[in-house]
Amino acid sequence: MAPAAAQAILVVGGGISGLTAAIEAAEAGHEVYLVEKNPYLGGHVAQFYQYFPKLCPPSCGLEINFRRIKNLPRLHVMTMAEVARIEGEDGSWQVTIDQSPRYVNGKCTSCGKCTDACTLEIDNPFNCGMDRIKAAYLPHDMAFPQQFVLDPALVKSDEAQKVKEACPYDAIELEMKRKKIELKVASVVWATGWKPYDMAKLETYGAGKYPNVINNVMMERLASRQGPTQGKIQRPSDGRAPRDVAFVQCAGSRDENHLAYCSSVCCMAAMKQAMYVRAQIPDARITIFFIDIRAMDRLDSFYQELKRDEKIRFFKGKVAKIDEEGSTNNLVLRVEDTNDATLHELKMDLVVLATGMQPNTYDDPVPAKSVEYDDHGFISPPDGKPGIYPTGCTRTPGNVSDAAQDGTGAALKAIQSVVRR
Amino acid sequence: MDKKTAAYLCTGCGIGDALDVDAMGKVATKECKAALFRKHAALCSEEGVQLIRDDIEKEGVNTVLVAACSPRAMFRVFEFEGCITDRINLREQVVWSHPAGHEDTQALAEDQLRMGAARTRKSELPERFTPEQELSKDILVVGGGVAGLTAALEAARAGYKAVLVEKESSLGGFQKDVQGMATMPYKGVVPNEIGRLVGAVEDHKGIKVYTGATVEHIAGGPGLFDVAIKHNGSVAEHRIGAVVLAAGWVPYDPAKLPKVLGYGASPRVITNVAFEKLATSGKISRPKDGKPVRNAAFLQCAGQRDPQHLPYCSSACCTTALKQALQLKQQDREANVYIVYKELRTPGQAEDLFRKAQQEGIVFIRCQAPEVIVRKGRVSVEAHDELLGDKVVIDELDLVVLATGMVPATAMGKVDAALEPKEGECPKVADDAIVPADILNLRYRQGPELPGLKYGFPDSHFVCFPYESRRTGIYAAGCVRRPMGIAAAIEDATGAAMKAISAVELTSRGMAVHPRVGDTSYPEFFMQRCTQCKRCTEECPFGAINEDEKSNPILQATRCRRCGVCMGACPERIISFKNYSIGIIGEMIKSIDVPDETEEKPRILVFACENDAYPALDMLGLQRRTYNAWLRVIPMRCIGSLNLVFIADALSKGIDGVMLLGCKHGDNYECHFVKGSELANTRLSKIKETLDRLSLESDRVKFESVSITDYDRLSTLLDVFAARIQEIGPNPYKT
Repeated sequence: MAPAAAQAILVVGGGISGLTAAIEAAEAGHEVYLVEKNPYLGGHVAQFYQYFPKLCPPSCGLEINFRRIKNLPRLHVMTMAEVARIEGEDGSWQVTIDQSPRYVNGKCTSCGKCTDACTLEIDNPFNCGMDRIKAAYLPHDMAFPQQFVLDPALVKSDEAQKVKEACPYDAIELEMKRKKIELKVASVVWATGWKPYDMAKLETYGAGKYPNVINNVMMERLASRQGPTQGKIQRPSDGRAPRDVAFVQCAGSRDENHLAYCSSVCCMAAMKQAMYVRAQIPDARITIFFIDIRAMDRLDSFYQELKRDEKIRFFKGKVAKIDEEGSTNNLVLRVEDTNDATLHELKMDLVVLATGMQPNTYDDPVPAKSVEYDDHGFISPPDGKPGIYPTGCTRTPGNVSDAAQDGTGAALKAIQSVVRR
Repeated sequence: MDKKTAAYLCTGCGIGDALDVDAMGKVATKECKAALFRKHAALCSEEGVQLIRDDIEKEGVNTVLVAACSPRAMFRVFEFEGCITDRINLREQVVWSHPAGHEDTQALAEDQLRMGAARTRKSELPERFTPEQELSKDILVVGGGVAGLTAALEAARAGYKAVLVEKESSLGGFQKDVQGMATMPYKGVVPNEIGRLVGAVEDHKGIKVYTGATVEHIAGGPGLFDVAIKHNGSVAEHRIGAVVLAAGWVPYDPAKLPKVLGYGASPRVITNVAFEKLATSGKISRPKDGKPVRNAAFLQCAGQRDPQHLPYCSSACCTTALKQALQLKQQDREANVYIVYKELRTPGQAEDLFRKAQQEGIVFIRCQAPEVIVRKGRVSVEAHDELLGDKVVIDELDLVVLATGMVPATAMGKVDAALEPKEGECPKVADDAIVPADILNLRYRQGPELPGLKYGFPDSHFVCFPYESRRTGIYAAGCVRRPMGIAAAIEDATGAAMKAISAVELTSRGMAVHPRVGDTSYPEFFMQRCTQCKRCTEECPFGAINEDEKSNPILQATRCRRCGVCMGACPERIISFKNYSIGIIGEMIKSIDVPDETEEKPRILVFACENDAYPALDMLGLQRRTYNAWLRVIPMRCIGSLNLVFIADALSKGIDGVMLLGCKHGDNYECHFVKGSELANTRLSKIKETLDRLSLESDRVKFESVSITDYDRLSTLLDVFAARIQEIGPNPYKT
């Protein structure tokens, strides 16, 4: 008889699709391993300020999901872990998991004494590096698991011992090593999600060069109360509230030199972020540069609502070039209005690029044979055949509801592999 | 059960430094009558937990008070089988958010302990709901189109029996009359494989198919649904566990379209649905005279995204137009094919199909208001091309294809006369109206079908929980839920089948489904005191309570989500859970130590939604932000479970103010139980009138909606309310 774990399901990626897949499968009574690269669950969703179209906080649904996990002893969460190798076939996979050291063990009570003792600072990955935090940290307020992390730089530093001694609960293990974990599972769900397309590749937009050109994920952090500016939408260059804000759509997407596909969510995301600006800076003028506004199904009503807002201008045209205006760090956008073929130079205080979603499998494919990808790096669906089940944005770009919907379906495919054994 | 209570105080994380631990011990043993009181420097450590385990084993302790961190932290550490355990939040909501060593902080901590002890005093361990009848795990799928077929097949492949009901005489739904498909990976038009799917369903031993059949009624609840299926003049009966609603869509009636689109003016003006019928013959030719199609134009958004017709986008029509245009091009490379669109919507990889269409020479014209002109048998389209900035006339058209949208089958019933549009008015159905569409025919007091969300789609209102429906164990999938293409419908149906399986599995274990998954408690009704007022049956957001002919409530326990809204609604206070009841909360209120008037220390009771407001309070602690120490917080399953008697109890005890922290209500409600926060707010407005009558300032009671991330705002809200209460002065009912 196969060992009990061989009946288990492995879900790789703890963003909204993987999280949903893991919880759904576990609630139906299955044993599940959920592997997440970050020290916390939630993926990109945890970084978002609000969801469209309701403008409600993602933490609200995450809290429910985390509470579901708390009630599921057969759902095993492994953070700071990645899958190094998968071998086998449907119903019988041998998986090697590579777990980085957190340097903090399960005794951590999240009291924060290590942070108090630490002086070393690092760029805050949760805020896209826009601020700095102590190198002994809780990834963010609502982080689950609610456990601190020590940055490797701190562990190597002279301060390490002092920080370790500050912990009253013996929760810091400076000698913690990278760990290899071997698992036998019946099925694998791949949900490693997406990353924003590398802005630096959009040379004509000066992204990465001009401080006031940011991407849409950074905008989420700027708007968030826990973000680098405590939720104040301001220009990175001088901290001033912007009066003219541009949203440049299809920055990389629908462009054969970059991402040939449409990233699906950026139109809604830009409109949502326009609402962040509207709520905070009532006299700000907002321009959304677009090719087509893709507000699908009932989400279209959100678009119709914004079209009625006189502070929001929808500008049909693809921005050709962005230049910075010397000392002011203001930006000049060169764009052709496709409605009348006129060329415009528009001055902006802040530019938000809709950089689009690139699947993480583009650079980090599944470490297994027999996984097929489409031209863009998304995993091709196994077409009804059993195998490794891709879900969420590793399969196709989509919004949060799409990812949760897809994750739910993936849970069932994974269960079928267990049942078939 | 006979309770033996022990209280354990963790002195770690600053608790021991901030509080007078001995005084806490006295409260535990003297006032709360705990048989044992122990402290430990890290109760969550192995040693700390062992301390508790030893007492359970050796001292016969069966009721455990863990006075330590928030119940949101260290969740699996303090679980003791067979014991009533209460987590008393001294860390986040006392010592991390209030000054150490202060008398008010100490008073707060002592009250937390008293309230926890009171809660356990009245609580019992929940007993799982185990009905006498056998619970079924079979899945009923209503609708035999792509979504329904997929749902049945996917469920069956996971080992669950499925019953599929299709109203037409054969399976396949809309797709059975469709030739080519445009779906992932969107590289071109591929043959429709609906036949394969139908075959797989028909061949599967685990699926019972009824065609030419309808659902006569569905009674009962998850695990116990009694389904009657009308079929061939007789009625088949099935005991069912959960239901997938995949009744699909119907095309919007083209006769209602604006005249400028030319429908009816020429047989050459057809809809995208009629195009599929043309294509089934294998050759697409001009309607009526059968001549070849050399010139064709597709007009998108015909009666869509239009408040006079369908206000929404049907999602699939752009991709469908690309497919149909490509079919015409495949048939005749020389054909002139135009797509006139407002916004071209091909999300994700479907963009590849758009690019292919451009490569194939299909011409795209962006225009917001195209006009179809039929003159002397000639059909042309006039459009202002936004990209050229000029008027374009496409003449001598053999075919004009109008992209009419999808209307969910659930919106097709006869609506109440009150909702019927008047002459000249566009149809408008209230967002959560139940249209008697003759699909599920639920024997539910609250109506026969799923409540709509927007535009008649019974979609989920929750971004992160797309399958949340307001009828437990019934999940919508495919185009009835929201308009979508084939690829999405297949995924959607798989997900809905998963939810149905989850519902039958949880129900079979006597557990609640989302969002209180795993909860084994359920409400009990003390019927001797019921006055048949129907509040519980009307207010239950999930239609879990039916009525008999004398208006007595009859709980369908497996439909219940355990939110407690019924408990809050009942004026006779006869509804209670074993571990959550009027009595328990009353006892907690009673246990609060209210200083007399001369001490000038008001007491404010806060009822906090445990899903959002309570974690937000924890976050204040985590950030070490302080807030007023006169507040006493009672977590609620949903603020909608607030019974007005709690407020009366609090005020008559001398508590000076009461605050309700619930989720946002209104159109974009955030309440996980849909109506809970709205109901609480309504109830509150009623009590305010009473307060005024009793010359008690109605300002003493306040509802605030807070989101989970609202914590910076929350501390201010609390402080402002406390200041207001101080300004009003002491409650005259104070002893």
